[in-house]
Amino acid sequence: MTERYVVAIDQGTTSTRCIVFDRRGQLVSLAQQEHKQFYPKPGWVEHDAAEIWRNVERLAPQALRRAGITLDQVAAVGIANQRETTVLWDRRTGAPIGRALVWQDTRTDSLVNRLLTRPGADVVQQRAALPLSTYFAGPRLRWMLDHTPGLQERAERGEVLFGTMETWLIWNLTGGLHVTDVTNASRTNLLDVHTLDWSPESLRFFGIPRAMLPEVRPSVAVFGTAAAAFPGVRIGAALGDQQAALFGQTCFIPGEAKCTYGTGSFLLLNTGTELVRSDNGLLSTVAYQVGGAPAHFALEGSIAITGSLVQWFRDQLELIASAPEIETLARTVADNGGCYIVPAFSGLYAPHWRSEARGVIVGLTSYITKGHLARAVLEATAWQTREVVDAMNADSGLTLRTLKVDGGMTADNLLMQSVADVLDVPVVRPLAAETVSLGAAYAAGLAVGYWPDLEDLRRNWHRAGQWLPAMDPARRETEYGNWRRAVERTFDWIQPA
Amino acid sequence: MPGTVQSIERAAAILRMLAGGPGRLGLAEIARSLDLAKGTVHGILRTLQHVGFVEQDRGSGHYQLGAALLHLGTSYLDINELRSRSINWADPLAARSGEAVRIGTVLEGRVLVVHHVFRPDDTFQTLDIGTLLPLHATALGKVLLAYRAERPAADLDRYTHRTVVAAKELAAELERVREAGWGADVEEYTVGEAAVAAPIRGYGGLVVGAIGVSGLVERICDSRYRPQPKLVGYVRDAARAVSRDLGAARR
Repeated sequence: MTERYVVAIDQGTTSTRCIVFDRRGQLVSLAQQEHKQFYPKPGWVEHDAAEIWRNVERLAPQALRRAGITLDQVAAVGIANQRETTVLWDRRTGAPIGRALVWQDTRTDSLVNRLLTRPGADVVQQRAALPLSTYFAGPRLRWMLDHTPGLQERAERGEVLFGTMETWLIWNLTGGLHVTDVTNASRTNLLDVHTLDWSPESLRFFGIPRAMLPEVRPSVAVFGTAAAAFPGVRIGAALGDQQAALFGQTCFIPGEAKCTYGTGSFLLLNTGTELVRSDNGLLSTVAYQVGGAPAHFALEGSIAITGSLVQWFRDQLELIASAPEIETLARTVADNGGCYIVPAFSGLYAPHWRSEARGVIVGLTSYITKGHLARAVLEATAWQTREVVDAMNADSGLTLRTLKVDGGMTADNLLMQSVADVLDVPVVRPLAAETVSLGAAYAAGLAVGYWPDLEDLRRNWHRAGQWLPAMDPARRETEYGNWRRAVERTFDWIQPA
Repeated sequence: MPGTVQSIERAAAILRMLAGGPGRLGLAEIARSLDLAKGTVHGILRTLQHVGFVEQDRGSGHYQLGAALLHLGTSYLDINELRSRSINWADPLAARSGEAVRIGTVLEGRVLVVHHVFRPDDTFQTLDIGTLLPLHATALGKVLLAYRAERPAADLDRYTHRTVVAAKELAAELERVREAGWGADVEEYTVGEAAVAAPIRGYGGLVVGAIGVSGLVERICDSRYRPQPKLVGYVRDAARAVSRDLGAARR
C-alpha cells in the first residue's frame, strides 16, 4: 500500500507555504513563497489576493515534488490563514475588487470611533463577544463598501463576495464554493457566537448585505473537493492561524494553553465548550469546531511587542548583530541590575489597553551595561506573558499548569527559562516546530478519517524540551512588583491634544 | 610553482586599505585607489562582508574592517546563533532516530552543549544546554577534535574501560573520523550508552560544531557494537542540512 499524506496551506502575513506531513505528524516537505506588502499610506497595509492565489497554485506541485509524492497520495488539504484580513471579489469573474486590507491595517480607526457612538453598538459587541475594533474584519468590509463607488449597490445585488483569506482560497480551490469556518468568522465582529451564524442585528448595524457573506461551517469538516492546485483532493479544514497553532499543540482540554512567540506573541487558552467573557481585557474567540460537535472556545491574549523588541535592539540600538546574540549578551551579566524595559511602543495591549502609554527604560544607574539592557529586553517578554496568564486565570477560573510554546523565540534558552521562572509553571516545546501548519494538517486529516480521533493526535505530540521554574518565590514577587511599577510609568505619556 | 590567487591578493589589498584609512571608505574610493573595476571590488567586499571581515555602514553604504578580524582566534559563530540556525534540523533528527539530539561546540578544551532535543518518548528528561563534556570520550567531541589543528591534552581522563586515552590510539581514531565524515563513541563515556555525531560546517568548510544522537548502546549499535548505518545516515543528513543553511558549499 502506498503511504498517504496530508498537506497544509499556511497562508501567512508575509508568505504562503505548502507543507506535506506524514501520519506521525512529521514534516516531509515544504515550499514557500513571499508576497508583496503594499503600504499606500501610514497605517495602511494591503495584499494582492490574486498574487496570493497564484502562489498557492505554484507551491502545490512544488511541495508534492519535494516530498516525492503524487496527488492521489494526498488524503486531504487543510488551511491555516492570517486572520481578519479582508478580501472582496466579483462573483462572476472571480477577480478581486481592490486590494485585501490586512489585519495590521488601522485605517478604520475613525470609522470604528463613529460606529461606537451609534445605537446598537452594545448589541453588536454582545453578539460577537468582542469589542468593536479596527482589529477585526467587519469594519474593514464597511470601509471598502464606503470607499468604492457603486460597490454597496453591487453587493446588494449579490454581485460582490466577501471573505477572509481562507474563504478566498477555498473559493479558488473549489471553483466557486463560498464558505468560511467558525474561527475566522468569529474575528469579523459580525458573527453571533451563540448561534455560530451571522448576526442579523450586526449585519443591519454595519449595513452589510447578507448576500455577500460566506456560509459559516465547522473548522474540521469536508468543505468540498479541490478543482485547482490539488485537483481531486478534499479540503478537510480551515482555521485562523493562532487557532491552528492551538490545534497543532493538541490543546484540546479546557485549561490547556499555548503561546506562539514571534514578532508579537499570541497566548490562547482552551476554555472548553463554554464561552468565557473576559473582565481583564482578553478576547473571547472560537477555538475550533469539529464537525457537528459543540464548538470549543478560547481566551486570547495578544502581546504586541516581543520579538520586535529584540529586532529594535538589533536594528535601532545596534547593540547586537543578530537576534540570537541577545542571549549571548544577556548572559554576560547575572541579572537585570535593577533595569526594566516596558516596550509600549504603540501603547499597551492586553490586559492594560492603554493607547496613550509609551515605552520606558527605568532603573538606569551608572552600573547598567548593555548586558543588563539585553536581560531587560528578554524579561519584558516573560513579564508580559505573566500579565496575560494572570488575566486568563482570573477570567477562566482555571489555573494554567503548563505552557506549551512554539515560534522562533523558543530557540532562546534564557528567555524560555525566564518564562518558566516568572510563570512558576513548566514551559514545554513540542518536537514539531511548525505548529500552525501542523494544526491545519491535523484538522484536515481528522475530517477525512486519516487520523481517527483527537486522542490519536495527542499521541503524536512529543516533548522536545522543557524548562522548569527555578526562581526563588520571594524574588519572583519582588521582580513582578518592580515590573508592575515600571508598567505604571508608561501610562499617560501621550497627552490629549 | 603553484601560482598565486589573484582575488585573494586583491582582498588583502582592500583589507590593508581599510586598516590604513582614517575611517570608512566608499566603494568608488577603494576601486579608484586600487585601479580596479567597481564590480570586481564590490564582489570582493561582499564576500569579505559575508565572512565578517568587513562591515558596511547602513546609512552611508561605506565600508570598514569587521569585528570578526579582531577575534580571529575565537569561534566566529555565536553559540546562540548556532542553536537558532540548527533547531529546525535537530527536531526532525530526533523524530526520525527516536533518540536524543545534542549540538556541541568547543569551549576551552571541552564540548559545550549548545542545543539539546529530548528523546521523543515523553519520559522525564532534563535540558543539559550549557553542560561541558570531554572531547576525547564523546562522539561530538571526537568529531570536533578531528577537524581542529590543536592536539588533545597529553593525560586524558578515563571514564570507562573503553575510553580511548592513549595518544596514538586517539590520533588513529580521529583519522578514521576524518575519513568517514562521522564519529561515534560506544560506551566510552558512560557504560551502556553510545552516540553518533557528524560535523557542522560554516563558510569555506570550516567546522563550527557537531550534531549527534545518543542513547542506549543496544539501540544505537548493531549486535557487533557498530553504530547502525541508518542512524549514521540520519545524523549526516542533518549535519549537511545545517551546514547548507550556514552557507557551507555543497559537498
